[in-house]
Amino acid sequence: MSPEKKKELQVAALENGTSIDHIPPSQLFKVASLLQLEELENTITIGNNLQSKKMQSKGMIKISDKFFEENEINKIALIAPNVILNVIRDYEVVEKKQITLPDEITGIVKCNNPKCITNNEPMDTRFQVINKENETIRCRYCERKIAKEDIVIK
Amino acid sequence: MKSKSLVSIDQCSREDILRILENARKFEENPNRKILEGKVAATLFFEPSTRTRLSFETAINRLGGRVIGFQDASTTSSSKGETLKDTILMVSNYADLIIMRHHLEGAARYASEITDVPIVNAGDGANQHPSQALLDMYSILQTQGTLENLTITLVGDLKYGRTVHSLIVGMSHFRPTFHFVAPEELKIPEEYKNFCDGLCIPYTEHKDFTEEIINQSDILYMTRVQRERFTDLEEYEKVKNVYILRKKMLENSRDNLRILHPLPRVNEIAYDVDDSPKAYYIQQAHNGLFAREAIICEVLGLNHLI
Repeated sequence: MSPEKKKELQVAALENGTSIDHIPPSQLFKVASLLQLEELENTITIGNNLQSKKMQSKGMIKISDKFFEENEINKIALIAPNVILNVIRDYEVVEKKQITLPDEITGIVKCNNPKCITNNEPMDTRFQVINKENETIRCRYCERKIAKEDIVIK
Repeated sequence: MKSKSLVSIDQCSREDILRILENARKFEENPNRKILEGKVAATLFFEPSTRTRLSFETAINRLGGRVIGFQDASTTSSSKGETLKDTILMVSNYADLIIMRHHLEGAARYASEITDVPIVNAGDGANQHPSQALLDMYSILQTQGTLENLTITLVGDLKYGRTVHSLIVGMSHFRPTFHFVAPEELKIPEEYKNFCDGLCIPYTEHKDFTEEIINQSDILYMTRVQRERFTDLEEYEKVKNVYILRKKMLENSRDNLRILHPLPRVNEIAYDVDDSPKAYYIQQAHNGLFAREAIICEVLGLNHLI
């Protein structure tokens, strides 16, 4: 069997839409949830633990006729920083994008400080990304810094 | 200032600080001015703080304004489960200015985002207390004649002490040199050392509180070592009497040295120091009135009336 054929068998090809590739398998369902895929009516194919040349195994999400805005997709950077976004039109990859952390993250991360107002009021959290390389963020409200390994997704 | 609310000292530029302190000086010359005539200020103390509240309320009264508010959240609807948002929006219907203290960190920032009425943060948990930083800086300016190139020694709880952190940030505009004197458990957080490094501000850390350090200082900023901060009470017993300033330790200190303390003190400044002309902590609290009058005019955009 040719390699192309093999790939085709793993996840069906998209005519138009977005393919989110190289998702760490452990994060796949978190990514799906962050992107609120359950609310879409588009055709969605989800594959996990697929063979990968770059990673040992990977997850992949293909969504038909869906093209993400930058701020919409960048929120997954926190949990899956090396994801590749393929924009597909007429079966061709027309754009390959690496996602990057946004400057501010709203409503996704929980503040680790129990005395922070965000843990005591019905409100969105807001974090400034103060170091994109080591993914350090700071709560806009209580000003506490949170290191990458301590980040808790709501 | 970028925002008309005063939430945190780090929103103040060098120029903002100098302008507020200059206005505080004018209020020290004449604290009674009818600048707030016809205006209502709300003091919302979700967490009690007699000292800070009296200082702010005196400032409003001396400016001719009127005060509404509460000093104990248990008598308000927040005890019935009302959100901070609803309380702030309700009070915004009545007041031209809201001065608030809250036990939750970030409460003042959040309040400033949901109302157009200026907010002055009078303390949010362990986070920020900008009016304290400004009155500390006013005290430094008044006693030294300048804020520039001073050697400032900070003693005691440098880990949790928010007044210490705010003072470092506020003074960072004026080329200071810092000495940080604290026990291992309460030493200055890495974050503030990195902050100083980034601005090339020289500092040294010490475990021992010695006359040698005092003798190099222009300002000695004492803070309380609080028992409840220690996980290991044995450690507390070891350090609680180490950082006590006594009068005889001041014998060879600089003439211009002044001793500051955000108060209340427990035993970290011996009572014999009170007679020293270098003791300044009581006047420092008095300066809070002038600094707060200046802050109120600043956030209300009334500086032209001073």
